[in-house]
Amino acid sequence: MTELAATDPLPKPKRDIAPILLPIALALVTIPLIGSPSTWLTLTAASLAMGMMIFIMASGLTLVFGLMDVLNFGHGAFIAVGAYVATLVFAPFAASIQADSLWINLAVLAPAALLSMAVSGALGLIVERVLILPVYGQHLKQILMTTGGLIVAEQTLYALWGPQIIPTPLPTSLRGSFILGDVAIAKYRVLATLIGLAVFVAIQLVLNRTKLGLLIRAGVENREMVEALGYRIRRLFLGVFMTGSALAGLGGVMWALYREQVHASMSDELTVLIFVVVIIGGLGSIGGCFIGAILVAMVANYGGFLVPKLALVSNILLMVAILMWRPRGLYAVTSR
Amino acid sequence: MMILSGDPPRSRALTLVLVVIILALAATPFLFPGAKALNVAAKICVFAALVASYDLLLGYTGSVSFAHTMFYGIGSYAVAIALYGMGPNWAAVATGIVVGLPLAALLALAIGLFSLRVAAIFFAMITLAVASAFQVLASQLSWLTGGEDGRSFQLPELLRPGTVLVSKSLFGFEINGRTLTYYLVFAVSALMILGLLRVVNSPFGRVLQAIRENRFRAEALGFRTVFHLTYANCLAALVAASAGMLNALWLRYAGPDTSLSFSIMLDILLMVVIGGMGTIYGAIIGATIFILAQNYLQSLMGVASKAAAEAGLPLLPGLLHPDRWLLWLGLLFIASVYFFPTGVVGRLRNVGGDKSPGASH
Repeated sequence: MTELAATDPLPKPKRDIAPILLPIALALVTIPLIGSPSTWLTLTAASLAMGMMIFIMASGLTLVFGLMDVLNFGHGAFIAVGAYVATLVFAPFAASIQADSLWINLAVLAPAALLSMAVSGALGLIVERVLILPVYGQHLKQILMTTGGLIVAEQTLYALWGPQIIPTPLPTSLRGSFILGDVAIAKYRVLATLIGLAVFVAIQLVLNRTKLGLLIRAGVENREMVEALGYRIRRLFLGVFMTGSALAGLGGVMWALYREQVHASMSDELTVLIFVVVIIGGLGSIGGCFIGAILVAMVANYGGFLVPKLALVSNILLMVAILMWRPRGLYAVTSR
Repeated sequence: MMILSGDPPRSRALTLVLVVIILALAATPFLFPGAKALNVAAKICVFAALVASYDLLLGYTGSVSFAHTMFYGIGSYAVAIALYGMGPNWAAVATGIVVGLPLAALLALAIGLFSLRVAAIFFAMITLAVASAFQVLASQLSWLTGGEDGRSFQLPELLRPGTVLVSKSLFGFEINGRTLTYYLVFAVSALMILGLLRVVNSPFGRVLQAIRENRFRAEALGFRTVFHLTYANCLAALVAASAGMLNALWLRYAGPDTSLSFSIMLDILLMVVIGGMGTIYGAIIGATIFILAQNYLQSLMGVASKAAAEAGLPLLPGLLHPDRWLLWLGLLFIASVYFFPTGVVGRLRNVGGDKSPGASH
């Protein structure tokens, strides 16, 4: 046995890279199956963009679960609220959105996204205080409460905006594609990928490089210990919950522009997708959530191209396959 | 008491409410004329059984499943497709039952074995994912299921409205095939609810409650919890599929909106929580309240909405619009979970209940 001196750095935990290789392997395997490299590149770009949007929406959910053992079945409501709030900004500035200048377009998009995040975050505050705090620590009631919250939120959106589908056309400068040789990559997908990557990097930096992140990670691993050290983990949790809600709102805006329409039932469709991602990634793991989102998007895009019929159940098949391999998701962070 | 498996309502008020509901349902064809009343009554019967089977899962084992409508839909579609494909005869009904029930049980077994080993939360998420995939599948396989349009079919001769069994001149009431179908729905639903009462009051049901209260301890006592949970899941799926079959027979139709949609799942959740979890009787009360509200509250809200619009109030007309009735039930749902988790049944038991031993949990 070798003794560790006090000055020695702690032994680094072994990095588990198998899950990281998984999407790369999946992408490589599909090259010969798809045949044409240009189609493959387009599909891969589409998967990355879709994966990033799903990641943005799912990241809050997985952190909230990891930190506080709270599963929010109403997470989809924040997505829908974010999207609806953005339409409030889009409608009066329709002319600026149609203007053929990237800067004018972004001058509308950025405030819209920020407002959406602010409103979803504020809603997160209310939901956490009103719905989750009273049933803290009781899984069954949490699921019921948040599902009830989802119903109420969805119905309120219908009541305020009406049941019709609201079109959200893409700004002019984000339409069309970059053409590189015979590869076409939609401009909006590049933007979505960049935003997604930025969010991922920002979350990773906060979690790994700041004291706040240290506390959050410690809380995920052992809540009582962090509390025993004198930190108010409830306040930390509220912050994480609001951030997660705000991110869901941002994801909602991006998804609305991606689909070019907003509807209150969009939360239902996305909730399922997000749950699959969170389960695949391992509850509480940001890295797992990131990889899971890309995997889900890849299976949806490649699968949709290769075997359209299979694409309907591809998410379930992917989830079953991953859980067979690692029963607690790609990265099992929590001991729960 | 035998018929209730030694688990009576345990409250005078509750007994009274239940007796009124059941008598009203039993006499609907004679008391309330018109197709709407009969439709509402049949729906209450079907949903009471469906919600009771969900209560077996939610109230007695404490696991939240979002796949209950999937089993309900399997039952509906099995009967519908069989009657559509084989023509209106009893062999087709039998085929639907023989195919539908094992299919539901097998699927429940697969889901149970796959996800019940882990935490309740995993089960909830996985059932949600599986159910949504099944819903998409059912709407896409249109050669089999009729896609979004669903399948309409004819019933066997005996159950058709045109078949007059007892003519009006005899008792002053006409008893036709429709009445007979209603009593079929009523009787089978009642049998299933009584059967579920038997299950939850059996030693098996006690183990389920033990698992709900403390799974770790139940396991330490030597019960194979995965076996018990999966078994309960299969039983609930079988009852749900049977309820789906009754629903299809009554509507003479099976489609995504009436038997598979996620909103039905939310309806079931609302009914079981408002009625009272872990009581079985709550299912009857929850289903009655909910479906009466669904059918009659809406017109009331329409009047209120109009009045608010004429008075020039902002927001209120939108909030009171008849289509927004679910908003109010959603708020009631949250309030129920928060303030009276035992639902209407628990309330009634506390108010006018006789304080016999074991009356309080």
